[in-house]
Amino acid sequence: MEANYEPMWESLGLDLAAHDELLRILGKGYSDVFLSQENRPKGMSYFDFVMSEVHGLRVKELIDGQKEGRKVIGSFCVFVPEEIVRAADATLVGLCTGADFATDEVDELLPRNTCALIKSAFGFKLGKVCPYIETADMLVGENTCDGKKKSYEVLGGLVDNLYVMDLPQTKSPEGRALMRAEYVRFRDAIEELTGITIDAERLRKGIGIANDKRRAIHRLNSFRSADPAPISGLDALLANQVYFYDDPARFSESVNKISDELEQRVQKGEGVFPEGTPRILMSGCPMAVPNWKVPWIVETSGAVIVGEESCVGERGTRNLADDSRNTIDELMESILDRYFQIDCAVFTPNLERQRHIEEMYKRYNADGVIHYGLQFCQPYQFESMNVEANLEKKGIPTLRIDTDYSMEDIGQLKTRIEAFIERIS
Amino acid sequence: MICAGIDIGSRSIELVALEDGRVAVSRRVDTTYDPIAQCTRLLNGISYSRLIATGYGRELLTQRFPATAITEIQAYALGARKLYSDCRLILDIGGQDTKAIALSELGDVRKFEMNDRCAAGTGKFLEVMAASFQIPLKDFGSFALRGGKGIAISSMCAVFAETEVTSLIARAKRPEDVALAVHKSVVRRSVSMLKRVSVIGPLLFAGGVALNPCVRNLLAEEVSCEVVVPDAPESVGALGAALYATKTASIKNKRLAL
Repeated sequence: MEANYEPMWESLGLDLAAHDELLRILGKGYSDVFLSQENRPKGMSYFDFVMSEVHGLRVKELIDGQKEGRKVIGSFCVFVPEEIVRAADATLVGLCTGADFATDEVDELLPRNTCALIKSAFGFKLGKVCPYIETADMLVGENTCDGKKKSYEVLGGLVDNLYVMDLPQTKSPEGRALMRAEYVRFRDAIEELTGITIDAERLRKGIGIANDKRRAIHRLNSFRSADPAPISGLDALLANQVYFYDDPARFSESVNKISDELEQRVQKGEGVFPEGTPRILMSGCPMAVPNWKVPWIVETSGAVIVGEESCVGERGTRNLADDSRNTIDELMESILDRYFQIDCAVFTPNLERQRHIEEMYKRYNADGVIHYGLQFCQPYQFESMNVEANLEKKGIPTLRIDTDYSMEDIGQLKTRIEAFIERIS
Repeated sequence: MICAGIDIGSRSIELVALEDGRVAVSRRVDTTYDPIAQCTRLLNGISYSRLIATGYGRELLTQRFPATAITEIQAYALGARKLYSDCRLILDIGGQDTKAIALSELGDVRKFEMNDRCAAGTGKFLEVMAASFQIPLKDFGSFALRGGKGIAISSMCAVFAETEVTSLIARAKRPEDVALAVHKSVVRRSVSMLKRVSVIGPLLFAGGVALNPCVRNLLAEEVSCEVVVPDAPESVGALGAALYATKTASIKNKRLAL
């Protein structure tokens, strides 16, 4: 980072010493994991830049936007409708939950048996090291899993701008009615926060912004079916992670530039790993920034990741919202249609997910599936057993791993992943 | 042409060298704090054409020797099938970890599970218990075979189980009975892991703990399939690595050397 952002961080109430330490660790981690890769698409330099300015330039942009009346909404889940936020000229930022921090303080508030993702969110807040949390005008929680649901009760005691969205547990007509009511209530809250009335035109614009990002990612994904893989799983994951907080237009443009490069590479048969490198589909819990542990192990053990069946990945970006209808109620239905299809494990039943995993396995020409579950994540742990059994029955090699964010089990994970790669080679 | 395999475990390192498909050399040393020096000793006098490393210290070996690494899962699968061609299931109880590996009819790895985060139910557990009985580890199994059933150790953790043993002895329980309970504890844990992987045998029982006659007996009682223990159960991994070396040596010779 070139500019001096310390006054800005200080004004947000960050603990400067702790924050410096976080940036140092993040920088080293990024360098070790990403910059050590070979033959990356040149367009990835945009993401290198974004990551080098992750707490600097982007935060400054958001704060400058706030001075011009653009509100900042922080969220933790892909069920929060981006279209509605963008319709009110506000920014949606997916908050990072991908590293352990301030663990002693977190353990005072949350039970030890809480998933690492939830604990990380609290760690960044309690450690006062996240400028996004501190700058947000509204934080949106959602009643998805039990851990999240109960942890927002605790978060509500730490901040004064928490809005909790309720979500259904089933994909029934009643569930859909609940989600519709909650999306309308959310729209009302955003209107009140921003002072902007969301009409059909604004909502259509919001849909367009969200769809453009999704289309850009879809295009990038389309090239990952090729062998040799033109982009690493790590780099594709990074693009999926930055999706959540970058400026939408700039993000879409940069991803499209990378896709142009990938198109060239595929035509020339050029890749980041040799042709015939074992190909893996990751499936399961999302990997939030800066969680790169397992993809790094996989891609330094002789395999390439060709797809992510997770919220930071295809589950989160899969479908577009239909912007062709006219009234605001119709457009809200279109948005609802789109989000109601997300096959997160908090829903019961969740049979489409199995179909999606198998479909992605074929589409990306994968050789095996690694199911990634966070320890204590009951929804995905439960689903992992059927996912593995059903995939193996169809002759699709599957490895189930569960882990957290610590570095303690790297050796053990590497042995399992290497053995799995040996199996699919 | 000599093809060698080294299995670097947490407690011991095994070497198997194959020449024309037959075991020419089989050696074993303690790992100690300097496994590289130990490997150098092991390989002394052996002019191998190809060396494969396996076990938890395999990466270290590849950094200092002209060797490639394979996981112990693959190595055990290869070694077990060589020793027993019908083998469908492998249980390896080592110094600090336990593995269960299920093989297809063709001998490919189908499913595996490892306990390598905790020493419960491993050789370490038996080592700690034997010490608390003040019996040499090599005699602990036959000592336990003289025990009668009826006692159960409830703690999985080696540290807490040792406390339990102390308290049982203090309550004048027969030491042989307590020793048998200790062995049952190891077998119970291993069989739970096996059942999660497969129940289809025959089962090949490998690793240092397979030398323990009490564990062997109890295991055969608990599983429904045939149990086979090779002569040198600790060397199954090294044998597998050496077999992999043999298999890939002919491929390697057709390409430029690494």
